[in-house]
Amino acid sequence: MSRVRVLVGTRKGAFVLTSDGKRARWDVSGPHFGGWEIYHLKGSPADPNRLYASQSSSWFGQVIQRSNDGGKTWESAGNKFAYEGPTGTHLWYDGTPHPWEFARVWHLEPSPSDPDTVYAGVEDAALFRTTDGGQSWQELPGLRTHTSASLWQPGAGGMCLHTILLDPSRPGRMFVAISAAGAFRSDDAGTTWRPVNRGLQSEGIPDPTAEVGHCVHRLAMHRARPGVLFMQKHWDVMRSDDAGESWGEVSGNLPSDFGFPIDVHAHEPETIYVVPIKSDSEHYPPDGKLRVYRSRTGGHEWEALTKGLPQSHCYVNVLRDAMSIDTLDPCGVYFGTTGGQVYASADAGDSWAPIVRDLPAVVSVEVQTLP
Amino acid sequence: MIRVVLPAHLRTLARVDREVKLDVPGPATQRSVLDALEAAYPMLRGTIRDHVTQQRRPFLRFFACEQDLSHESPDTPLPDAVAEGVEPYLIVGAMAGG
Repeated sequence: MSRVRVLVGTRKGAFVLTSDGKRARWDVSGPHFGGWEIYHLKGSPADPNRLYASQSSSWFGQVIQRSNDGGKTWESAGNKFAYEGPTGTHLWYDGTPHPWEFARVWHLEPSPSDPDTVYAGVEDAALFRTTDGGQSWQELPGLRTHTSASLWQPGAGGMCLHTILLDPSRPGRMFVAISAAGAFRSDDAGTTWRPVNRGLQSEGIPDPTAEVGHCVHRLAMHRARPGVLFMQKHWDVMRSDDAGESWGEVSGNLPSDFGFPIDVHAHEPETIYVVPIKSDSEHYPPDGKLRVYRSRTGGHEWEALTKGLPQSHCYVNVLRDAMSIDTLDPCGVYFGTTGGQVYASADAGDSWAPIVRDLPAVVSVEVQTLP
Repeated sequence: MIRVVLPAHLRTLARVDREVKLDVPGPATQRSVLDALEAAYPMLRGTIRDHVTQQRRPFLRFFACEQDLSHESPDTPLPDAVAEGVEPYLIVGAMAGG
């Protein structure tokens, strides 16, 4: 029978949650790296026992951890993220130029075919890659040196590269998203990039339809249809049917189109999930009700999924990397909250139960489906 | 033999006890001690000094013999008591809490 392993990054350590394919009973291990912020953990699709974790702290900076046994034991890997060549400037909050400064790794995206190759999205926004299992990291500088980069600016959480999508059907094509610059696409394995933000409209920047400056919170893709992208923007849920060339809004009947994560059903490319949040100045669910919304039509029409989720006095947030989907049938959906709960649904969102209730604030959730 | 006291999180990261003992070649300075520490425990590289600038990370301080050495030149000789292993060289994290 298949198993699942859920990798949870929190403000105070990492946790590994495991279950069989029924996903009813869970073993919890952790905290690993107790007291450190764990922005993200992710396993290699090519070797599921190879895990990578981004460990950081305001005191001690960035550490990368690697496991070869599914998270039972860990070893430190390389943690030098040095920008390639002159760093230049981006815009600061007040609109003045500000030099690029490395802060932390937000997201780790292992290669689908090589356990030693991993992409890292960092703050201040840039893309790095290792090909030696994390011992050394090299920047792919074509992104940070794009002609628009001097106009990028941080969101309140920092100028982070938080999403990396590798197109499984077209070697060399990849997408990244940066808050608050927007979405970018490369068709040559990260050497050159161009913004793919046509159709986005963002209040709060001088030109609401500018080429860059959009606070994209998350991108999602179904492996079987990599030309279709879904986006949770700061406000607005968006969809592209042409690999990012153009975007249209699909927020439809959502109670709020502000939110952070967005993800796609494992077997139904038109079924997508978001967690509406009341507003960018409140960062909690509308009406104190924690609801995942599911669209089975690729957007526009949404249904609230509430069974097993708190429907009163709930004021947690769900951060951008804190939702994940397994590949069992029916697929499991997982998300973590800033209140420390990790909720799981073993029936594609119809019903939910907490795996754990009292972790530190959850930053990221990834699930691995294991044989 | 130079004694170095690490903050708790770095002891965990380096898998060492509270105090680390180091053989430091040449004159004992903050730079030579930190170089020796990082050579013995490579996982500490970048966690005390920035990888690129080699500057002390902002939330850390360096103390010894009841003195704050954080703003001394990294090449200034350490006090004799530290160089002789009588007193430890303290790497201290800023206090956390409300």
